[in-house]
Amino acid sequence: MVALADTPVLAGDRSIRARRVAFGLAGLLLLTSLLSLSHGASGVRLDLVLQSWLAGHDVPARDWLILWEIRLPRMLTGVLVGASLAVGGAVMQGLFRNPLADPGLVGVGAGAGLGAVLAIVLGGQAPAWVAAWLGWNMVPVAAFMGGWLSTMVLYRVSTRAGRTSTATMLLAGIALGALAGAATGILVYVADDRQLRDLTFWGLGSLGGASWPKIAAAGPVMLLALLAAPFLARGLNGLSLGEAAAHHIGLPVQRVKHVAILTVAAATGAAVAVSGGIGFIGIVVPHLLRLATGPDHRYLLVNAALLGATLLLLADLIARSIIAPAELPIGIVTAVIGAPVFLWILLRRRGLVDL
Amino acid sequence: MLTNRSLHASLGRTAVLHGITTSAAPGRIVAVIGPNGSGKTTLLRAISGDVAYDGRIALDGADLADLKPWELAARRGVLPQAATLAFPFTVAEVVRLGLTSGTQADRSDLIGRALAEVDLTGFSGRYYQELSGGQQARVQLARVRAQVWDPVVAGRPRWLFLDEPVAALDIAHQIGVMRVLRRFADAGGGVVIVLHDLNLAAMVADDVWLIHDGLLLDAGSPARVIGGSALAEAYGCPIVANRLPGPQATFVLPHGLWAAAG
Ligand SMILES: Nc1ncnc2c1ncn2[C@@H]1O[C@H](COP(=O)(O)OP(=O)(O)OP(=O)(O)O)[C@@H](O)[C@H]1O
Ligand SMILES: [Mg+2]
Repeated sequence: MVALADTPVLAGDRSIRARRVAFGLAGLLLLTSLLSLSHGASGVRLDLVLQSWLAGHDVPARDWLILWEIRLPRMLTGVLVGASLAVGGAVMQGLFRNPLADPGLVGVGAGAGLGAVLAIVLGGQAPAWVAAWLGWNMVPVAAFMGGWLSTMVLYRVSTRAGRTSTATMLLAGIALGALAGAATGILVYVADDRQLRDLTFWGLGSLGGASWPKIAAAGPVMLLALLAAPFLARGLNGLSLGEAAAHHIGLPVQRVKHVAILTVAAATGAAVAVSGGIGFIGIVVPHLLRLATGPDHRYLLVNAALLGATLLLLADLIARSIIAPAELPIGIVTAVIGAPVFLWILLRRRGLVDL
Repeated sequence: MLTNRSLHASLGRTAVLHGITTSAAPGRIVAVIGPNGSGKTTLLRAISGDVAYDGRIALDGADLADLKPWELAARRGVLPQAATLAFPFTVAEVVRLGLTSGTQADRSDLIGRALAEVDLTGFSGRYYQELSGGQQARVQLARVRAQVWDPVVAGRPRWLFLDEPVAALDIAHQIGVMRVLRRFADAGGGVVIVLHDLNLAAMVADDVWLIHDGLLLDAGSPARVIGGSALAEAYGCPIVANRLPGPQATFVLPHGLWAAAG
């Protein structure tokens, strides 16, 4: 018998398109990364530096320094933070079975921020062994704990028998965010000068403070979350049928939920610790991808990481070139792009979201 | 073989099942009937491993409590009474969600075959949320069928536990689904199905379990249970059973309908 060609693609099976999109996005991320490396206030040009280095000429130490100590960490931070924000959003939406569940919107980002500020302001009071053991990692780890706690509280409050109420989730998120914001405000108020400097060092809406020590401290937490996410794909797919049906198709539902909550907390916490609250990446990226290639988390999570990283690098490029040599906080750029998209989602889905 | 021994189950603080002992054999279709709130869904959830229970449930020699979720999924598919879906999946993608149980994870050919079985060929590219209620119910059934496509694997039967799968279906598709279940059982699989339509139950079932207030009131052939006196007692409504000539020809009519109101 003649070997049959592959079974034709079934209508409605978007897996092949999703894989193609993944390749496209990877290419796009590569391009954006190069763009991010070669642009900066100093005017050092990546191509010229590489050219003269490859030709065996001496590269001025200052140019190396700018590329190696400023632009590369900034680019890597942008990639890690953008990927974490998008993946954190996608995982949280899968866990809550709700496309509006964004860590930034429902108080998880604020909880993580509170954790980070707590570590900076009260970290000095921590027992010496804790400080010695965690060192620089104290801030991202505390942010992770803050994010974890708020995700769990939110899940308990808004989910009953495996169903999430959108209204309860959003309202509880507002309350959580307000509470965490108030506590953060008090802490900033009592902080001394040195702690205030640390608070600025840890960002708050900018990639401007990116540095190797920060990457070393928060990068592993973000990497862990990004590596854990693909293992959640099947579980989150199953959860979209509801908890009972997820169990029926063979998933350890409780384990999936716990790992998902930890992943959201790690991704959001570490991202917030490094760069403060950057809104809308977590909701816009997964939504666009669901429109383009469907909600299958096996592709959604990978593609969200790629697109999230790309978009954040682009936002950062805009933030630092639009009023150069000064810089806009990147959160402003993502909000200007993201908030209208969010409203558009609400409009399109008014029927389905029904509060 | 599916066996329940003195099965007790509670939901919250309410005791729902008060000791049910019964068994189902592969190759046969068991219809579970009984009034609203009698415990049919709870019984189905217990044998699906969804609710905690006292007593013993065994599925083909294995204690249900010892089976991991993925081992259970390889042995039985479950259609809950109310199916939900978050996110805009297409019909094909919903059915694919059923292909997780190890033995058929890579058989995407099953998507089209499972859809054909419920008369949804040509619907695979549609969004699930944009289908009618009955079409959605058939997609969910196709997903469950795909999960346990082969009725027997390595000499061990597989099971379908279905909670009112045809409640939203028109009569032609009800019959179509019953044919699917018949073929599955005839090929060696086990079927336990909750039905409200007594005539459908009489037509398709090999055995009937009549549940009332969390107890097994009667069990046996359709002629015995649906033709028996326990039925009217369970439903609290006069019912007369009749027989047409031929096998599986018991049918029921409510009786004294207008006299009772008043
Ligand atoms: N979550 C719950 N908590 C407490 N009691 C419950 C819960 N769900 C159901 N019950 C009660 O348990 C009993 C059995 O419910 P079950 O769903 O098993 O009935 P059923 O036979 O499937 O009814 P129906 O024909 O309406 O589907 C009912 O009295 C119901 O009120
Ligand atoms: Mg029921």
